[in-house]
Amino acid sequence: MEQLKFEYPSAKRHVTKKAHVGVVGSGDMEVLMQPTETGSAYVSIQTSVNGFSSSWKAVMDRFFSKYDGAVRIDINDAGATPGSVMLRLEQSVEVIES
Amino acid sequence: MSYATVIPEFVLRQSFIELDARSRAQTLMDPGSWRELVGPFDRIESPWLPEQGIAPQFDDGCVVLKGAIAGKATVVIALEGGFQAGSMGEVSGAKMAAALDLATRDSQNGKKTVAVLLLETGGVRLQEANLGLNAIAEVMASILALRQHAPVITVIAGTVGCFGGMALAAGLSSYIVMTPEARLGLNGPEVIEQESGIEEFDSSDRALIWAINGGEQRVAMGVADELVLDDAQKIAAIVRSHVEAGLPAVHRSQQVDLYRERIRALDTSRQIDPLTLRETWGGKTTVSKTRKGVTR
Repeated sequence: MEQLKFEYPSAKRHVTKKAHVGVVGSGDMEVLMQPTETGSAYVSIQTSVNGFSSSWKAVMDRFFSKYDGAVRIDINDAGATPGSVMLRLEQSVEVIES
Repeated sequence: MSYATVIPEFVLRQSFIELDARSRAQTLMDPGSWRELVGPFDRIESPWLPEQGIAPQFDDGCVVLKGAIAGKATVVIALEGGFQAGSMGEVSGAKMAAALDLATRDSQNGKKTVAVLLLETGGVRLQEANLGLNAIAEVMASILALRQHAPVITVIAGTVGCFGGMALAAGLSSYIVMTPEARLGLNGPEVIEQESGIEEFDSSDRALIWAINGGEQRVAMGVADELVLDDAQKIAAIVRSHVEAGLPAVHRSQQVDLYRERIRALDTSRQIDPLTLRETWGGKTTVSKTRKGVTR
């Protein structure tokens, strides 16, 4: 098990909705996305696959290079590939911004 | 020529199996009537899985929706087969038992509340051992309490099926609805093969497994009530009809003498095949009308 935490102070835009997508099945993950009050984005990841913190950071950096919502993201991961992670994040954004 | 005439109903239907637990529960309920109890944002996860290097899920794979079906107060409890094969742990078991107990309390106070269980589960979550066993015992006690007041309707859609202790819980319910893809059995095929050898049960032989554990066989031999194709609208309609029908005259699991006599009367000197069971127990050798209506 590995716990990872990231913060993105540049994501300041206020959002109102919350989203829950995905399932913690093999090669998949679930995301909770909800508004924060502090005007910054926080990411908290719990993954069953150790040693990929740099990959997680790269995916999150890329995601927040395009997305500016002040959200708290919680992830339970059972070995999702970076591509799947990005798809699940985009799916959450779709729910939140709809 | 329109698409409706060239594309069979089977292709146009909305699959129930392909939905996750939450969407399955929502599909069955009157639109707008439900709210979720102890949802993922409450973050009540299994405390045991992370200690064993397994990622938990925010709802522990158990979804509880309170609302109405056909205008009647109903709680739908759905297990997520995609997470740890829908296994019952401390948290998911407590959620299911508590939801059933709340339905019993409401029923006792004059607001009759039906329970619908969407079971997609291998039984006890082995990582939580005794807590999982205890959870299933509590669920069974809760089903027995509720079914004195209102029906408990089990739907096994597949593709995980319903095995282990939760097969016993299914057996206690008032009605069991299955699809041809669903399986119901106490020990799963892999477990039987592992414990008794491949001569006893070949878990790679899908035809054999479905001939014994499959929905078609279970309904035909009379241990489940309804066979329905994997179609969300059809499954919702059948659940609705059972909610409206209310309690059965007698529950299957109360008929101890009947089943004891049936088992006693079996000739174990020769191999008992699935068809024999259909003929001697169910009296039904053909698939129910819901199937014929679609296959054409």
